[in-house]
Amino acid sequence: MSDILPMPARKPLLEVRNLVTEFPLRTGVFRAVNDLSFSIDAGRTLCVVGESGSGKSVTARSILQIVDAPGRIASGSIMLNTADGLSVDLAKLHPRSKAIRAVRGRDIAMIFQEPMSSLSPVHTVGDQITEALRLHMKMTKAEARAEAINLLRQVEIPNPEQAIDRYAFQYSGGMRQRAMIAMALACKPKLLIADEPTTALDVTTQAEILDLIARLQKQTGMAVLFITHDMGVVAQIADDVLVMHHGVAREYGPVEQIFHAPQDDYTKMLIGSVLKLEQKAEIRLARAPLDRTAQPILEVRNLSQHFGSLKALDDVSISLLPGETLGIVGESGSGKTTMGRAIMRLYDPTAGEMLYRKADGGVVDLARIEGAALKEARRELRMVFQDPFGSLNPRMTVAQVIGEPLLVNGIARGKELDDRVSHLMEQVGLDPRGRERYPHAFSGGQRQRIGIARAITLNPRIIVADEATSALDVSVRFQVLDLLMKLQDELGLAYIFISHDIGVIRYMCGRVGVMYRGKIVEVGDADKVCNAPDHPYTQALLSAIPRPDPRDRDRSRRFRYTEPTPVRNGSSAR
Amino acid sequence: MLKFITKRLLWMIPSLFAVSFLAFVLIQLPPGDYVTTYIATLAASNEIIDQNTAASLRERFGLGDPMLVQYFKWIWGIATRGDFGISFEWQQPVSGLIWERMALTLVLAIASLLATWAIALPIGVYSAVRKYSIGDYAFTIFSFFGLSVPSFLLALVLMYVAAVEFGQDVGGLFSHEFEAAPWSIAKMLDLLAHLWLPVIILAVSSTASLIRVMRANMLDELPKPYVTTARAKGLSEFRLLTKYPMRIALNPFISTIAWLLPNLISGSVVVAIVLNLPTAAPLLLQSLMAQDMYLAGAFVLLICALTLIGSLISDILLALVDPRIRLE
Amino acid sequence: MVDIAITSIQPDRAAVASQWQLIWWAFRRHRLAMVALWVTVAMYLVALVPGFFAINDPNQQNARATFHPPQPIHLIDTSNGFSIGPYFHPLKLTRDPQTLAAIFAEDRSRKVPISLLGRGYDYSVLGLFNTSIHLFASSDPRQPIYLFGADRLGRDVYSRVIQGAQISLSIGLVGVFISLMLGIILGGISGYYGGRLDFVMQRIIDFVLSLPTIPIWLAMAAALPQGWPATLQYMMITIILSLTGWAQLARVVRGRFLSLRTEEFVAAARLDGVSEGRIIFRHMLPSFSSHIIASVTLAVPAMILAETSLSFLGLGLQPPTISWGVLLREAQNIRSIATAPWLFMPGLAVVVAVMALNLLGDGLRDAADPYNK
Repeated sequence: MSDILPMPARKPLLEVRNLVTEFPLRTGVFRAVNDLSFSIDAGRTLCVVGESGSGKSVTARSILQIVDAPGRIASGSIMLNTADGLSVDLAKLHPRSKAIRAVRGRDIAMIFQEPMSSLSPVHTVGDQITEALRLHMKMTKAEARAEAINLLRQVEIPNPEQAIDRYAFQYSGGMRQRAMIAMALACKPKLLIADEPTTALDVTTQAEILDLIARLQKQTGMAVLFITHDMGVVAQIADDVLVMHHGVAREYGPVEQIFHAPQDDYTKMLIGSVLKLEQKAEIRLARAPLDRTAQPILEVRNLSQHFGSLKALDDVSISLLPGETLGIVGESGSGKTTMGRAIMRLYDPTAGEMLYRKADGGVVDLARIEGAALKEARRELRMVFQDPFGSLNPRMTVAQVIGEPLLVNGIARGKELDDRVSHLMEQVGLDPRGRERYPHAFSGGQRQRIGIARAITLNPRIIVADEATSALDVSVRFQVLDLLMKLQDELGLAYIFISHDIGVIRYMCGRVGVMYRGKIVEVGDADKVCNAPDHPYTQALLSAIPRPDPRDRDRSRRFRYTEPTPVRNGSSAR
Repeated sequence: MLKFITKRLLWMIPSLFAVSFLAFVLIQLPPGDYVTTYIATLAASNEIIDQNTAASLRERFGLGDPMLVQYFKWIWGIATRGDFGISFEWQQPVSGLIWERMALTLVLAIASLLATWAIALPIGVYSAVRKYSIGDYAFTIFSFFGLSVPSFLLALVLMYVAAVEFGQDVGGLFSHEFEAAPWSIAKMLDLLAHLWLPVIILAVSSTASLIRVMRANMLDELPKPYVTTARAKGLSEFRLLTKYPMRIALNPFISTIAWLLPNLISGSVVVAIVLNLPTAAPLLLQSLMAQDMYLAGAFVLLICALTLIGSLISDILLALVDPRIRLE
Repeated sequence: MVDIAITSIQPDRAAVASQWQLIWWAFRRHRLAMVALWVTVAMYLVALVPGFFAINDPNQQNARATFHPPQPIHLIDTSNGFSIGPYFHPLKLTRDPQTLAAIFAEDRSRKVPISLLGRGYDYSVLGLFNTSIHLFASSDPRQPIYLFGADRLGRDVYSRVIQGAQISLSIGLVGVFISLMLGIILGGISGYYGGRLDFVMQRIIDFVLSLPTIPIWLAMAAALPQGWPATLQYMMITIILSLTGWAQLARVVRGRFLSLRTEEFVAAARLDGVSEGRIIFRHMLPSFSSHIIASVTLAVPAMILAETSLSFLGLGLQPPTISWGVLLREAQNIRSIATAPWLFMPGLAVVVAVMALNLLGDGLRDAADPYNK
């Protein structure tokens, strides 16, 4: 990949100098990008990496002058040097000028994070691809159509002759991103800007898209500017890396140096976070081994949950020991979220039973109980939700949110309630003086702590955590994971930890169940399943995870799992 | 697609049934019946009708039957023979009185709809693209003003201005010489010459609300990622706007037929009465006052049916232009 | 690790702001909507005690004041030295010797001061007590001032417009209240329970929405007996208007309910052991009450326009009840408005009221969701 030597005496393809992009606000000016400089050579890949709010996306958009209003480039230069010796400063062009429009889509093309919303829902995919061809290459309708079919074939879309007349919503997630790439590459651009193009995709699809981009880059010799928050992806594809934080470049250099000899503390923290996920949490190493002979606290037997013809859960059986952390891992649509919600009885299961052993030793079937019995069981089974914004009522103060279970169950009120809430907030690491505040005053990580405080309010015995950390930045993720484990030791909790991220599972869980299309395909010790799984699906899943080490880039071991029988429909939307 | 249309057409049947029943109940609501009103009118001019004559009158009009029987007789006549019954007041079949007036009502409504679209579409797009510009503010204020003026008041003011400033009477849809004349090219031209005033009056308030709708739709669409994608492709702003966000913002526009048409027809009732247009409205009002039930019923039924057909057309058009509806 | 969260909490006014405070802050930024808010408040104040703001008895007929034109109020008098204070010149009625048509001319020789909080006709305040104090009144009871002129029977148009505000503005509120009750019950049931019930309710709502309202109102209003007392008539008209008005609100309520039902915080409340009733009233209702208020504010002007149109056509409220629609009936024929264009004044009142309410509702709608921006 990186064997193309930088040519001396030749200007880089794109050279950004002291770029400043600003957003005027009512209260002043917000500098999304502050004094940023970098360059990209033809055929090379530069990864811009950072957490949310780092300004990496704005940087990408500044290059094409498509920053969302009212943002604008305040100063700096963006020199585009093409092979024919021409140079143009994109920062000096007016965002609506003909000159910048001639660059967009022809010299520099861009793909985006959400392929669904980035494609028009009422135009065919072909229409949107041919448009660029007709605009920049001045092709006739027929030529453009032939070329578009050719492009779709290049990005490995099956039956391109038919697919060209389909709409984006008829494609699956990965196919949509392929169509986006076909569209971007239509005019053979010198630079492809990819703004988190795989973030919305499953890890196996992500691997395929990354492979595709790499292959096309090799074929065409274009440069790639790749925006991502995922250090694993960076390690796999980058030649050079630019680490951004709050609009400023923290470190800029070759990928080898960034990963193996980072200078900046922030870079070190980012890489440390990823490396941590390669092994068990430290807290867990210190723990006494779990009593495997104990009676399971929860036993799910032959559970099925159908929504119409969709079998979200299909004959699932799994058990949970007291004090255990059971991971459930799977890709989108595997049924893992349905599983968590079914255990909480947010649905009425179609078939099967969920036997819960109460503190007093009595056993109830969660799938059958109603009314008071269900209410009582739900005091001991609690849930932490994925979305730290949607799961807290924005119109209630933190004290009201945390205190609600105590209040409605008649456990505490008045001064006592207030004291309990304060204590709970301290337990999850929040300042109790903030209890009269509303959720909007808290960051994502803090909100997730509020959600955890609400979950432990009633002294539960099991907590179902559904993707509890996937909406959080890496730096915050560990704080929340470690908090969960600290609480587990203090309160003797058992967790069902649902995640799409094998790294998080490996860090957190003792045992793990792998879900695929509504079924559990493999259950076992996390060490085994996350490192040397038995089932081919799990193996495929593992092979697709980008390793956070640029020295380990063996793509050949990757493969995709295909179900042996029956034959399935290839273009199902997710 | 075919399934969708069939389903939608089948749904029309119970709707039409409901509407016809509604119309019949409405005209049955007033206490007493036409004969009572008739007797009262005659009594005012000192003519007395004895009970027997009244009873035979009721017999003749079938007013003595239970309501459901009357309803089924009425709807059966309409469905099988196009017979809407007899107008008591005019002493002639209702069907002879209504069709020309209904046709003119429809012409007025459609003309107003077209005028509304033609004005509101570009203004709405402009207002959204140039959000918070002087032009946007001006159009916003205009649209709120348009929303707030009752159409009959506008009609009155325009009539006043025409009468006082120009000494002209602007009522009606035809000049005197054409009022009773058979249809001809000259009469059509005369109609067009008179149509613009009621069309403008009706279009003002619906344009105002449609500008707001279009502006809001466009503002919803403009920040969507697919617009950025198109921009990144190098399209000019104009092509980009017309091809993508406007195309999608048009979908709710098409569905306006479903709610704008009832509004326009509603509005045209009052305006028609003020301007004395030969549409359904003045005759409807008159027949309601006189409890001329079959005439009033025919108008209410046809007007409601018209709006139901309007919403049918808009649903089908929407499915035609929006692949998400068509294909899912 | 844990202390990062603790240190980053800073004192902040917005942090402890409830949704109503956030909405108010957002609303305050709309200048036009703020103006509309004050106009609306002022109008409803007038509607509450119209007698206080009126000058002359709105039912008082005066044969000598038929089509009396509006009189200007003067502030500064320089005819006899210099004095400040509102006053007017009474108009003198003469007749054209040939046509006998009335000619009004300002009598500059006489000057009648206008007194603030002066005495006028007796009126009742909210049915509680009677008084004769008015905001302002002519200091000479035999010389009434006609700010907006007088109508066919010599009644004061200004006072009638003020009096009409009570019926016209309240009919909007009462009508919307009834619609809202129907809308919340039907839309709420539909949205909360979903499924087949929702499907049926949806079809009914669609059906009602696709009906043209005015012909139906006309037919219903025509069924009202002419001789009914004014209050009964008033109630019936509001009910008639609500019978079609509920569908729009039901749709809003249903939509909100449907989207809220899938919110995670509602699922969380259910898991907390919160009862269904408390989920609806404590967790869901606050989330859409602001939207409902905005929709209601936008529905009031539509009701006002409807009453005005019906009464104007003679099928709504009947004289001697005074509403803006009834008043506009005076302006129905071109002859009377040609002689007395000031008969349009009630129309102006309608326009101002409807516009203020529309702008207010629009501002509220924009500010209604402070968390989604």
